[in-house]
Amino acid sequence: MRPEILLYILVMAAVTYLIRLLPLTLIRRRIESRFLRSFLYYVPYATLAAMTFPAILTATGSTVSAALGFAAALILAFSGRSLMTVAVCASVVVLVCELVMPVLPL
Amino acid sequence: MKKNSFVQGLRDGLPVCLGYFAVSFAFGIQAAGIGLTVFESAAMSALNVTSAGQFAALSVIAAGASYIELAFTQVVINLRYFLMSCALSQRLSPKMPFAHRFGIAYGVTDEIFALSVTHPAPLPPAYSYGLIACAVPGWVAGTALGAAAGRLFPPLLTNALGVAIYGMFIAILVPPAKENRAVAVVVLVSMALSAVMTWAPALSGISSGFRIILITLLVSGAAAALKPISEEADADAP
Repeated sequence: MRPEILLYILVMAAVTYLIRLLPLTLIRRRIESRFLRSFLYYVPYATLAAMTFPAILTATGSTVSAALGFAAALILAFSGRSLMTVAVCASVVVLVCELVMPVLPL
Repeated sequence: MKKNSFVQGLRDGLPVCLGYFAVSFAFGIQAAGIGLTVFESAAMSALNVTSAGQFAALSVIAAGASYIELAFTQVVINLRYFLMSCALSQRLSPKMPFAHRFGIAYGVTDEIFALSVTHPAPLPPAYSYGLIACAVPGWVAGTALGAAAGRLFPPLLTNALGVAIYGMFIAILVPPAKENRAVAVVVLVSMALSAVMTWAPALSGISSGFRIILITLLVSGAAAALKPISEEADADAP
């Protein structure tokens, strides 16, 4: 490995690890403030939602296949399927869609 | 270390492993494209485990920019992990040996965090290690394979797997949103804001990492002010 590349990798790894580590080591007790507890309760939902949409629409080869995968995931999640089922079925829908689309007379 | 939690983590980590493989495969292709070797690409993945951060790093490295600049990009893009770790800190048992916090910190990624907060508190470190042991090899292997042989693969399969992680996020978000109206509103408003910030011409220059931080602060803050959680809800929080 070239030393300057290694240094690049180590710099970014150190920065990223510190970002992850500091809150975990500095906040060792239960936070008592009701506002902060409520804030942290909502954080995962806000973060995951913002990460999922609209990024999911550009996660595959075409917006159509992505939208169909998105719809499949929503339907399965609403009917209470497991994470793995939802993830795999959404992928299969995308795969089938991308296989079929080029041969459709559209 | 509890064996059950570890095995449970391994099992729950499977969709993450698949999704990681697809994303890191694309990353490997791009890394090889700027001249990184297979080993260098895989090492970057093993030491960083951050998709957006690594993609951004490639352009910084390709431009031959300074180490300071690289560090700064990583802070901006990965600052969301800071919020995630804050949330995660409240899900650990105070009795847990301190050293585990260093191990858990390694695995604070969007996806592993998402699974960790759905585990009933307190989060056993063995569960985190199970998730890491399943997901991170997928991330590193995908990178190596993408860097070594990416151009030989049809994109069809990686396209399909690219949706896996989002499918998993949706499966995590929907059940609590069905049960709790405040959570449902948080999810919908966050998605709407995210769409606006992605597509509105004036705002689309904001990096994805920063966009997620802004939305998280804004929406979680507003929700906490308008609808603070009750003590019971607190006990079995997400």
